[in-house]
Parts: sequence; C-alpha cells; structure tokens
Amino acid sequence: MISTNNLTYKYQGGTDIVFPDIVCEEKDILLILGTSGVGKTTLLHLLGGILSIQKGSVNIGGIEINKLSGSGLDAFRGQNIGIIFQQNHFVDALTVLENVMLAQSLAGKKADKNAAKQLLDRLNIGHKAAKNIRDLSQGEKQRVAIARALINQPKLILADEPTSALDDINCQEVLNLLHEQAKAAGSALVVVTHDTRLKDKIANRVILQTI
Amino acid sequence: MSILQLAWRNIIKNPLNLLMSIILFGLGVGLISFLLLFNSQLKEKFDKNLAEIDLVVGAKGSPLQMILCSMYHIDNPTGNIPIKNAAPLLRDLHPLIKKAIPLSLGDNYKSFRIVGTNHDLVELYNGKLKDGSLWSKDFEVTIGRSVADDTGLKVGDKFISSHGFNEDDDMSHDHSSFIVSGILEGTGSVLDQLILTNTATIWLVHEHEEAGAQEETSQTNVGHDHNDHSHDNSNADLLNHPDQEITSVLIQYKSRTNFQALNFGRNINENTEMQAASPAIEINRLYNMIGVGTDALRSLAILIAIVSALSIFISLFKSMRERKYELALIRVLGAGRIKVFALIILEGLILAAIGFAIGTLLSHVGMELVAKHLKADFRYSFTGWKWLSEEWMVFGVALVLGFVAAVIPAIQAAKTDINKTLSEK
Repeated sequence: MISTNNLTYKYQGGTDIVFPDIVCEEKDILLILGTSGVGKTTLLHLLGGILSIQKGSVNIGGIEINKLSGSGLDAFRGQNIGIIFQQNHFVDALTVLENVMLAQSLAGKKADKNAAKQLLDRLNIGHKAAKNIRDLSQGEKQRVAIARALINQPKLILADEPTSALDDINCQEVLNLLHEQAKAAGSALVVVTHDTRLKDKIANRVILQTI
Repeated sequence: MSILQLAWRNIIKNPLNLLMSIILFGLGVGLISFLLLFNSQLKEKFDKNLAEIDLVVGAKGSPLQMILCSMYHIDNPTGNIPIKNAAPLLRDLHPLIKKAIPLSLGDNYKSFRIVGTNHDLVELYNGKLKDGSLWSKDFEVTIGRSVADDTGLKVGDKFISSHGFNEDDDMSHDHSSFIVSGILEGTGSVLDQLILTNTATIWLVHEHEEAGAQEETSQTNVGHDHNDHSHDNSNADLLNHPDQEITSVLIQYKSRTNFQALNFGRNINENTEMQAASPAIEINRLYNMIGVGTDALRSLAILIAIVSALSIFISLFKSMRERKYELALIRVLGAGRIKVFALIILEGLILAAIGFAIGTLLSHVGMELVAKHLKADFRYSFTGWKWLSEEWMVFGVALVLGFVAAVIPAIQAAKTDINKTLSEK
C-alpha cells in the first residue's frame, strides 16, 4: 500500500537525512522507531504529503505523491491519508461530531452524519458526539483524532507518537484499537515513535539511526 | 460543513472578541445610511414644495426666512406688506405674471398654520377635495390631509385658533370660530399641513385680536358678526382694501426665460419697500449651508468605518495567529491554500455584513425617531421605513471594506507552512 524509495531530505544549511526504504501493506502495521532528532517527524511529514519531497519517491496506493502538485497533493492527502498527531488539534468552534464530519467535507466527500456517529460509537465516545471538542479529556480527544483519521477510509494511516503519553495499560489498548480500526478500514498503519515499549508488540519495524 | 458554515462558527465561537469591531462598523454604516435617508427625504420635501413657483414677494428681511415661511411654513414671516404696495403684482393684466397667489399668515390650530389665500394655491399643489367643498365664505376653512388626520376635524366642525406658531392657551382668540367646509386629499406637499381660508378671514381674526385686547381693559365687547359682510376670493377683491396687509405673494411667470422676468425680482428689491426672492436660489443656498454639516458628518462616518475596518483587520489577524494549528489542520485534512484564504475572507465579509445589518437597523430606527420629532416640531412627515437604492451601494462598500480588512490575514493564512507549524511543539 505504501512504499518509499531512496527518500532523502535536507533542511536548509543541514546535512542530508537518508531514510531507509519502507514498505507497508494494507491492514498491516509498521513501526518506525528512533530517538529524538533522527528525523521521525520529517519522515512522517514526507509520508503524509505535508512536506514536499526533494529526493526519492513515496508511493501510496499506486500513486507517486512526489509527482503531485500543491492543490493535487492537498486533495490526495485529504482523501487517502489519515494522520494522528502527537498533539491533536481540532477546530475549537465545532462539536466532536462536526470535527469528524469536517474531515469528510474537506476531503471533498459528502458529509455523512451516520457514518461519523457509528465510528464514534465504535471508539466508545459516541455519547460525547454533541459536546464541544474543548470539553473533552486528552484521552477522549485522542479517540476523536483516531475517528477523524479513519472516517474517509484512507489507504494510509500515520500515527505520530500515539502512545508516548500513556501508561502501559493504555498504551496497549490504544495500539490495539488503532490496529483494529486500521484493519477494519483496510488501511496500512504506520506508527512513528520513540516508545520502545512498542518494539516487542509489533514485528514489522524499521529503526531510524543517525548516519 | 462548508467553508461558509465554518467561517460562521468561528465568528460566533467568540462573539465578544468581535463585538467592538462590529459595533464600530455598524456605527459608521449607520451614520452614512442615516445621512442618505435624511438628505433624500429632505430634498424630496423641498423639491415637491417648489411647485414651479418662480418668485416670492414679501416684506424686507431675510430672503431665506421668507421662502421658508411662505413656501415651507417652517419659519415666521419677515413681516407684512400693504396691499397697495403689492397691487401691481395682483392685477390680472400684469404682462409677466401668469399667477399671483397672495398669502396671509398668522394664527394656527394645534400648531397647523391657518393661511389666507385663494383657490389657486390648491391648484398649484394639485390638491383635490376628499370631502366637502373649498372655502367660500369668511371663516370657512379647507384643511389638508395631515391636519384632518391629526386633529380629527371633519366637515362642519368648528374650532378656535390660537396666535402664532406655538400653541398657547392664553393667546387663543376666543371669538374666531372657524368652520370646516372641506378636506383635501393627501398630496405629499406642504398643502397637507395647512388650514386654508380666504384672506379677509385673517384680517377679521386680527381685528378680533385687537378688540379682545381692548375687552380685557374695558370689559366691554361688541361682538363681531361674521356674516354681516363677506369677501370673495379674487385678487380683485383684495385690491379694494389697499390699506389691509398680506404676508407675501407667490408668483409664477408666464415665461421663465423672458428677459424682463429675469430682472423682475431685482427691480422689486431695488425700487420697492418689498423684497423678492427666488425659491430655487434660496433653497440651493440652504442646501449649501446644511451641506457643510452633512459633509462633516459624512467624513466622520467614513473615518469611523475605516477605523472599524482596521479593528476587524486586527481581530482577524489575532484570531488567525491563535488558530494557526487549526488552519494547518484544515490543510492536512485536504483543504488547499485557496480554501483557507476563502475561509478568512468569508469571516471578514460576514463581519462586515453583520455590521451593515446593525448599522442599517440603527439608521432606520434613528430616522423614524427623528421623523417623529420633526413631525411634532415642523409638521413635516419623514419616515424611517423606506429603503433607498443607495443603501445597496453602502452594502457593497461595506463588503469591500470587510474584504480589504481580511485580505492580509487571509494571505498569511494561505501562505502558512504546515510542516513548520505542525513541527512546533
């Protein structure tokens, strides 16, 4: 579903960051491990089409996103990539349900209230659907962020440090939840983290190292 | 959830932040639209009452005052003129004059002015009878539409006048009892607020006034029988009383472009005890005088509007910075730069539209309040419930201001580097 080839990035005045090639099939889970400063977030942004690719290529579902133009990339990202950030941001003016539905309409899809509600129910926060997003706890917000990333049944789900703030029990739970939902949506799941607790839980992994 | 809905939700999320900008904007728009409403109605009233009168001749004094008094009935007379002086104007055979309408002003009833004149005045303003007939005898009056509406007078009713424009019970003329012979239909002109009678009636009232004054000292009173003599309405009859006085004469020329007509007014001013003034010129002068005031107000309104646009700009800029993660998120979720740009622009436009709505409400309610006040003071009817096509123009300008205020924050928002924003912790 997602594969990279010779991906290299260079920040202005910095040295080349060379990333190992990665592959992740649909319904699979790939762990990208690395300590701070090795370019985890850079890689995530490259995979997510947030940072434009300078060298190498990223193929998602048969499309080389390095060949997409600005607005084409925006649309592709909205429709095919769901991203869960370490710190999840929402549109504060909207309710929980509306925040999920916003992802539908911004991806150019029809806002489907029922689908959004069902997904929130599946993530056990359906009862908070009408609440303002600001009134939710961090844990609840993370579930909303997962729902938002899943709602368009993307080809790829990227998760940035989804467990680093959680204790062992919750860490396991969130990981299971993510994997379950990714499988249900038929997406490839790529988790980027420094959380070594996950190492033993996911077989398919890539470790980033400074060269 | 469209971009428009999102913009709207962002605005109502924190209405207090924007309250100041919106109120300020509303104030600017309100002032401008109030000036438009007021000026257009004022001009309409003045123009309607010009009624093709070319010249007004009356006692020497302020020409503007004479015009305001004789044509608009919103000021006191400059004085009276003896009929013998005005006689050349009133003769039927005058070569330049098509119509000469004498006016005698003085008393009022419930602050509606009683005017002694002839039937030509009714014709001049295209007045039509609604009830009864025009006045034919002394102390018979025909009343305008507003007079009938406000006082409830009907044909056959009698009433007693009081002196001057201000109603004052002590000054009531006990013995001048008028009878309503007819009611005119509304014309939208000054005719609506007049009580019309013949010139002789005005004289008779003033004879009473003097008799009344004597009565107070001597306690003897010889009642005046209204019906012992009667006057017809013609100018010829006025000429039979050369020592009596009238207030002014409204004149229509046979031909406006006649060379002699052009000099006619000047001749009167230079060679007689009377003064002549052209309504068109005097009203223009008045516009110019009012114009200084309205110009200053308009500049103030524009200044307020600009300051408020600046304040909208600042609030949008501030809110855009506070929401930079939100905006980056919207980009991540698939919105292109154009959509983010449109979002901020829409917020500016919505603010401007709300400001316009508030301002329009303010100006129309304000105009209606001023109209009530003007009606009570001057008997002129204005209204706040009228929509001018210029107001659409004000709406357009308001939207342009909203756009201009939003354009810099919108460009900033569209240019934001989402990678950088999202990498910041």
